[in-house]
Amino acid sequence: MKHLLSTADLDAATATEILDIATEMASVSGREIKKLPTLRGRTVVNLFYEDSTRTRISFEAAAKRLSADVINFSAKGSSVEKGESLKDTAWTLQAMGADAVVIRHPASGAPHRLANWVTGSVLNAGDGTHEHPTQALLDAYTMRSRMGRLDGLHVAIVGDVLHSRVARSNVLLLNTLGAKVTLVGPPTLVPTDLNASVQVAYDLDAVLPQADVVMMLRVQRERMTDSYFPSAREYSRRYGLDGARLRRMPAHAIVMHPGPMNRGMEITPEVADSPRSTIVEQVTNGVSVRMACLYLLLGGAR
Amino acid sequence: MARPMTDESNHQQPAGPAPTKIVISAADVSRVLDRIAHQILEKTSGAADVVLMGIATRGVPIARRLAERIHAFEGVQVPVGILDITLYRDDLRSSSVRAVGRTEEPVGGIDGRKVILVDDVLFSGRTIRAALDALSDLGRPAAVQLAVLVDRGHRQLPIRADYVGKNIPTALSEQVKVKLVEIDGNDEVVLATGSKGGTR
Repeated sequence: MKHLLSTADLDAATATEILDIATEMASVSGREIKKLPTLRGRTVVNLFYEDSTRTRISFEAAAKRLSADVINFSAKGSSVEKGESLKDTAWTLQAMGADAVVIRHPASGAPHRLANWVTGSVLNAGDGTHEHPTQALLDAYTMRSRMGRLDGLHVAIVGDVLHSRVARSNVLLLNTLGAKVTLVGPPTLVPTDLNASVQVAYDLDAVLPQADVVMMLRVQRERMTDSYFPSAREYSRRYGLDGARLRRMPAHAIVMHPGPMNRGMEITPEVADSPRSTIVEQVTNGVSVRMACLYLLLGGAR
Repeated sequence: MARPMTDESNHQQPAGPAPTKIVISAADVSRVLDRIAHQILEKTSGAADVVLMGIATRGVPIARRLAERIHAFEGVQVPVGILDITLYRDDLRSSSVRAVGRTEEPVGGIDGRKVILVDDVLFSGRTIRAALDALSDLGRPAAVQLAVLVDRGHRQLPIRADYVGKNIPTALSEQVKVKLVEIDGNDEVVLATGSKGGTR
């Protein structure tokens, strides 16, 4: 594996290997000395063109736990604001000897372009409305560790599916790993040109009793000004997960959210803070999964 | 991960020149482990505060057998842990990405205990160097000792074993293959000649 650009590039064996290695990495994170010498001397650049707290910090922690050197580059206050193109930035990173570039970019496809310009590995940390593969991997890891399996699991992904890179990466990966996915949201926010293995539903209450996992997506505030849905209140009433809806789910079912949450919008505090919510676990697991990805990309001969 | 067998076709050719030689038979493997268990008991004054850390893959069943023997001989329960040293290797960059195995701390941890590292073959010493690094990330043992089934020489680091099953002089081109019931279905140690660049 040279790059991690899309979960579509992962076959079941590779995806499972990442989850298995992440399990070992998690045991390192539970020790007093949370450090491995594995990537000593490697340089990982975090290239972030969009604001992101948890993904950037998670990648930074992952790289540091593997003893890689980390350089953080955020577009704000950088040469990008002076008009530098992605390609010129790429060459700069190349000249600095980056072994891996972790990129978050508002334009879908930017990581693919970058992969053609640098000799190191490229990890997609979210590109536009396209993909966010490490989020899908950490979600799969969380589901596997909570439910014990992925094969045959019924996962409902709820919210603004149309604009969600988290949803896209999850659908692709969960399909590969044998889970059944139902997309739930207002008709304006669920794409129609999907592959046949995915179900679509517009009524959340009908889906909840059959779901093993309910993954809530963040409502992006900028979408509310568009004509995708009439009002925040109506969205919340029809697609928000509250205590009453939580109780309609099977007793074993879990609630996930990639964060950051809009409490009171797509999820109520009662649900977010309940023991059936995996939101904090997802953050913890994110570091282990990203360690596994960095190891697979940088741990062998180049 | 299993090492590739370079000479498996030769088992079907008893008439031809034997490229492998059995250097420790199944019965001798058992005797050797008996002796090492006794030596551990002697050298550690009854295995008080001792834990065994088997180095994956074949060090693990050997460590378990030693623990069983120590229990059988003197009734002492010695905790056994597993150490996978993949992430501590110094040659990660010379091959494609290696699979990562499980590391399990022994019951009660290793802090303040006498840790005996257990491996099948002692060769360059690099595995043990990596194991020592891995161990120091797990905790702070009072002392660390090393037990191996076979010492085949050719050390590249200043490392020696405290308990050696058998010293087997080898050429660098030879391979020492340890087979154990738990993994390979039978116990024996064979010396394979001729195959280039043996790893053990």
